[in-house]
Amino acid sequence: MKPSRLNACGEWVLDRFPLASLWKDHMTHYYAPKNFNFWYFFGSLALLVLVNQFLTGILLTMNYKPDAKLAFDSVEYIMRDVSWGWLVRYMHSTGASAFFIVVYLHMFRGIMYGSFKQPRELIWIFGMLIFVALMAEAFMGYLLPWGQMSYWGAQVIISLFSAIPVIGDDLSLWIRGDYVVSDATLNRFFAFHVIAVPLVLVMLVFMHIVALHEVGSNNPDGIDIKKLKDKDGIPLDGIPFHPYYSVKDIAGVGVFLIFFATIIFYMPEMGGYFLEHANFIPADSMKTPEHIAPLWYFTPFYAILRAIPDKFAGVIGMGGAIVVLFLLPWLDRNPVRSIRYRGGIYKKALALFVISFIALGYLGTQPATPVMTNIARVFTAIYFGFFLLMPIYTRWEKTKPVPERVTVELSLEEQLPALIEAFEEITELNPVSEDSSQHPAFRSVFFSRRPNAEGIRKVTTRLAKKLKESLD
Amino acid sequence: MKNLTTLLLLMILSFGVRASEGVKLQEADVDVGDKTSLLRGAKHFVTYCLGCHSIKQVRYLRIALDTHADEKEVLKDIAPFGASIYDQLHSAMNKHDAEKWFGTQPPDLSLVARSRGADWIYSYLKSYYTDKNRPFGVNNLVFEDTAMPNPLWQLQGEQREVIRKTIYGDRIDLVLDKEGVLSEEEFDIMVNDLVTFLVYVGEPAQLERESMGKYVLIFLFLFFGLAYLLKKEYWKDIH
Repeated sequence: MKPSRLNACGEWVLDRFPLASLWKDHMTHYYAPKNFNFWYFFGSLALLVLVNQFLTGILLTMNYKPDAKLAFDSVEYIMRDVSWGWLVRYMHSTGASAFFIVVYLHMFRGIMYGSFKQPRELIWIFGMLIFVALMAEAFMGYLLPWGQMSYWGAQVIISLFSAIPVIGDDLSLWIRGDYVVSDATLNRFFAFHVIAVPLVLVMLVFMHIVALHEVGSNNPDGIDIKKLKDKDGIPLDGIPFHPYYSVKDIAGVGVFLIFFATIIFYMPEMGGYFLEHANFIPADSMKTPEHIAPLWYFTPFYAILRAIPDKFAGVIGMGGAIVVLFLLPWLDRNPVRSIRYRGGIYKKALALFVISFIALGYLGTQPATPVMTNIARVFTAIYFGFFLLMPIYTRWEKTKPVPERVTVELSLEEQLPALIEAFEEITELNPVSEDSSQHPAFRSVFFSRRPNAEGIRKVTTRLAKKLKESLD
Repeated sequence: MKNLTTLLLLMILSFGVRASEGVKLQEADVDVGDKTSLLRGAKHFVTYCLGCHSIKQVRYLRIALDTHADEKEVLKDIAPFGASIYDQLHSAMNKHDAEKWFGTQPPDLSLVARSRGADWIYSYLKSYYTDKNRPFGVNNLVFEDTAMPNPLWQLQGEQREVIRKTIYGDRIDLVLDKEGVLSEEEFDIMVNDLVTFLVYVGEPAQLERESMGKYVLIFLFLFFGLAYLLKKEYWKDIH
């Protein structure tokens, strides 16, 4: 009989490869806290984008030519003459930006809920290594289209190495393989972008997940769910990753793809942020563009580099901005993980950090005028202050009691009625006069309401109070 | 090496000087889906621009396919005499001649609409004015001291620069000095057609991209709806 034959084949494999136990350990019997919220989608989404980058990247290499004379035109060839080439290329270029959006949100989640704290320090370290590898990957990939920004961006960044005393000049020469960015640079960057760094990335992602599954996932309450188990040894607040989180993540993937596809099909350049306008001009070593700006995901660090007057100090500052992130598990002296039960001082510090990160990101895209540079200096100080003062201010924190069991917050759809209520409060019904009610436009609910000043004031004060309370 | 480093460092620190593009750009009305405008633009390009500028990334065949025009018509009406439908839009101008005549090689315009933007090209082509000090007798408001003579001067006529003092500083206007073959309105349409063609040429896939996007999004919304219902079904018993 056929099925038994098939079963026998299956058995044969299972006797030799622990597929069933792998599936069991990491999917059906991996217990994740049941209170994951919105912020917990970004891990799986990062994996999705990684797969997207791999598949589209492989397809792109089939027509791309890593040669200074051919590279620019080969990209245009992909965009025009290769079947579906434009789609593959936009998926790859948009995917790069999406990767950073997703990873920044994923990291912010970790900082917010203390996912880097004991016993998850190694997960954080692996994650940070992934981030560094990702930056290298993005930087080298950006040279490949061989446009003006590719070229001059690489020129500026590689020249930073020459700021290192004594070995600087030789080091940057060694990296470039030439005195300026050239064909030699393009070829080696291609090798790194396509083989070396992706390999490192995959290994790091593997270790990131292995380390995670060893200690278990954190959660928005920052509670150790393994403390309380039922008689079968299953955490009381845990649910199997598969099927619960696999189906949840698939829904998240749906939302992500809607945004992703909207960008790919309707705004692939994203106003010059995902694909810079100047990069549609072929690289020209004799013409320096007026304004060299890296892609948006590097701009916070670029702004820090420019804010520091001395070049070498600037390089140290830029590197330091990333190094301090590695040290986070040891800088934060507060044992409470989740922001929900931490003191007001940390919440305010984190809010300042987020503002300064976004502000630095914006400043990095702008030309550095003296005023802008001074503003960037203030935000750079805040950025480093958040980390370097952390050992001090986290000791002063007045934390709230952490509950024994996870708390379940309202999901997005459960908050809808409250939203509708708030909408009804800030608007009031239009008094319907005879003739206007005849007009078709006024029959809809929306048009029959008008803003209610009293209601708006009430709702805003309530929100402001709530915001203030949540920061205490 | 040291010099290069200093240069690059200077570059990093001196972004303050951005191109003084104080001129307000005029808005082009680009609709790449307008096939007749596109074909008119293609014809204008071959007539007035191809002498110096190539569009090496596009073939006549692609234009015919994307505009649903007949290949023979495209060859007859648009392509220069003797061109093959598989030819790219190559200029016949020799590189050395170009450098002798203009001091620089006229750039390939395949991607000019993506690097400069439609409004810039539109304004640029309309902003030539008489300037005795320039070798070709014309200068441009949008791109000062451009090496390009005005190829459309017969059509537009000759413009003159008028500087008026206002409380906001000098205000520069261009006034028509000598009427051209086309009226102002006709000329605007002609330039707009040219810009439309250049925008299309910058990314021929955009026609396909935008028409395909809505189906992808409809599919994704359905996918999300089903995925959401599935999630709800599984999570019913989790409290």
